[in-house]
Amino acid sequence: MLTKSLKNAFLVIALGIFISACSTTAQKKTDDADVYTGTDTVKFLATGVADRVFFGTNSSRLTTAAKATLDKQADYIKSSKISVVIEGHADERGTREYNLALGERRANTVSDYLMTKGIAKTSIKVISYGKERPVNTDSSALAWSQNRRSVTVKSN
Amino acid sequence: MKNFFITFFSILFFSQASFALVKIDITRGNLEPLPTAVSKFYIEDPSKFSEELKKLNLEKKISETISNNLKRSGLFYIIDPKSYIQSPNIAHVKPTFQDWALIKAQIMVSGKLVIDEQKRLRVEFRLWDVVGGKEIEGLALFATPQSWRRIAHIISDKIYERMTGESGYFDTRIIYVAESGPKDQRVKKLAIMDQDGSNNKYLTLGNELVLTPRFSPTAQMITYMSYFKNLPRVYLLNIETGLQEVVGDFPGMTFAPRFSPDGKKIIMSFAKDGNSDIYTMDLSSRVVEQLTTHPSIDTSPSYSSDGKYITFNSDRSGSQQIYVMRSDGSNVNRISFGEGLYGTPVWSPRGDLIAFTKIFKGNFYIGVMRSDGSGERLLTQNFYQEAPSWSPNGRVLIFYREKKSGKSGTGGESSLWSIDLTGYNERKINTPTDASDPAWSGLLSK
Repeated sequence: MLTKSLKNAFLVIALGIFISACSTTAQKKTDDADVYTGTDTVKFLATGVADRVFFGTNSSRLTTAAKATLDKQADYIKSSKISVVIEGHADERGTREYNLALGERRANTVSDYLMTKGIAKTSIKVISYGKERPVNTDSSALAWSQNRRSVTVKSN
Repeated sequence: MKNFFITFFSILFFSQASFALVKIDITRGNLEPLPTAVSKFYIEDPSKFSEELKKLNLEKKISETISNNLKRSGLFYIIDPKSYIQSPNIAHVKPTFQDWALIKAQIMVSGKLVIDEQKRLRVEFRLWDVVGGKEIEGLALFATPQSWRRIAHIISDKIYERMTGESGYFDTRIIYVAESGPKDQRVKKLAIMDQDGSNNKYLTLGNELVLTPRFSPTAQMITYMSYFKNLPRVYLLNIETGLQEVVGDFPGMTFAPRFSPDGKKIIMSFAKDGNSDIYTMDLSSRVVEQLTTHPSIDTSPSYSSDGKYITFNSDRSGSQQIYVMRSDGSNVNRISFGEGLYGTPVWSPRGDLIAFTKIFKGNFYIGVMRSDGSGERLLTQNFYQEAPSWSPNGRVLIFYREKKSGKSGTGGESSLWSIDLTGYNERKINTPTDASDPAWSGLLSK
């Protein structure tokens, strides 16, 4: 009896997972599938204010987690009245020139988001390093996800 | 930079119009290389050679350089000089063809070195059709003795041209980025060398990151990208004077530069507010023109050889693909429709093909397609390789590869490679350090 109800519950959960999986695959393939979510390589602008956000392969879309990080950065930049440079980076799995453009696009996505949070355009600079400055030199999916990043650096 | 460019005093042809029985068809791959004998060049009057000149060992070095060029083309097989029966002077003046036929040579190269009254080196070479029993090519060149290498390259081009019916690519140079240090702090310098790897020289010190150098088709200039003062911009460098200047006055990153085929314009990408578009700048009038306006990444532009079209890559479709447009920016058409991503398109100097990098299922390919996107052919597959550049005759592509690297920055070696358009004859090009972003010059003696 108990096992049967457990079985049923399991089936319901499994179905639920199946359906939600269907709904995401039916949409445009999500960009966020391989976004790094860990904390290795992350440094801090101030206590609790992470300096970087991560991106999916060939994507410059900000994840919910990235937006939460940038919200904290925006508060910190406003309160401490600093200027910042946003460095955009790409992993090593693309052509060099495209990666330069992609790093620039990522840095600008971050810069645009910070501006919507009230940071003045004049206190943000962007620079792209393409694939030239990896933070993790390993040729692995983990390293590539850590390298697809934008880093906010204090400039004064 | 001094003595970098050699002046040739004169070139004298005394070729006889006669047809060779042996000929190479280079349009097919997988062919048998032509058995070739390259006799040592001989010194006609050794008393005219100073001790210093003798030390250059030119009679051996010139024939060796020619042999290496021909061998690397994959079209010639050089028969071991130990099996040559005739002495170099007899081979040059009146060869006995049976002696060369005996070692299965189909063609034979001979030469003579003279120092004339003005202390110039005169190099005379002859190309013999062993099968037909006659001279099919001859040439005499004058130069300073120090520029013997270029003479050897010009002779190699002459042989290639005579045997294939197409112009050669030996009297050319490669510009590239010399790399050293761990991958997260890579030091990069501009470097230049002959196509065979000799005469390697560095053009920058490595104080700033430099990327993607390309030759001007008409002048001793290169265009490249530099992070000088941490401002990523496109630069021009005069390789004779060493003078550098930034190209245009753009309020942001400019990158992916190339010259137009007439050498008058630079075409490049300018990134602004997260959007990279393609621009040109006229080098004399400084007039800037924006060619694409799409809110996507448009980069890696390359002109067709007649200057009428431009190929570039864009992710406007949602992924990185290759496009062709008119040189005024109109009529943009996507041409890559295979599986995977396509980048770094570069138009063949012959005008018929576009070479590219393809990324598919975690591998990188160098391939070619016609400019309408048909006839896609992948030449080589690797963990990482990109950025093909054409030899001036459109028969060979040079590109770079990178190996996998480890966490501590080990591995990740980068190196230059070449492959024939046929997909055969893949070769590593040796460089003193790691190397990337190669670009081939035009023929120097054009």
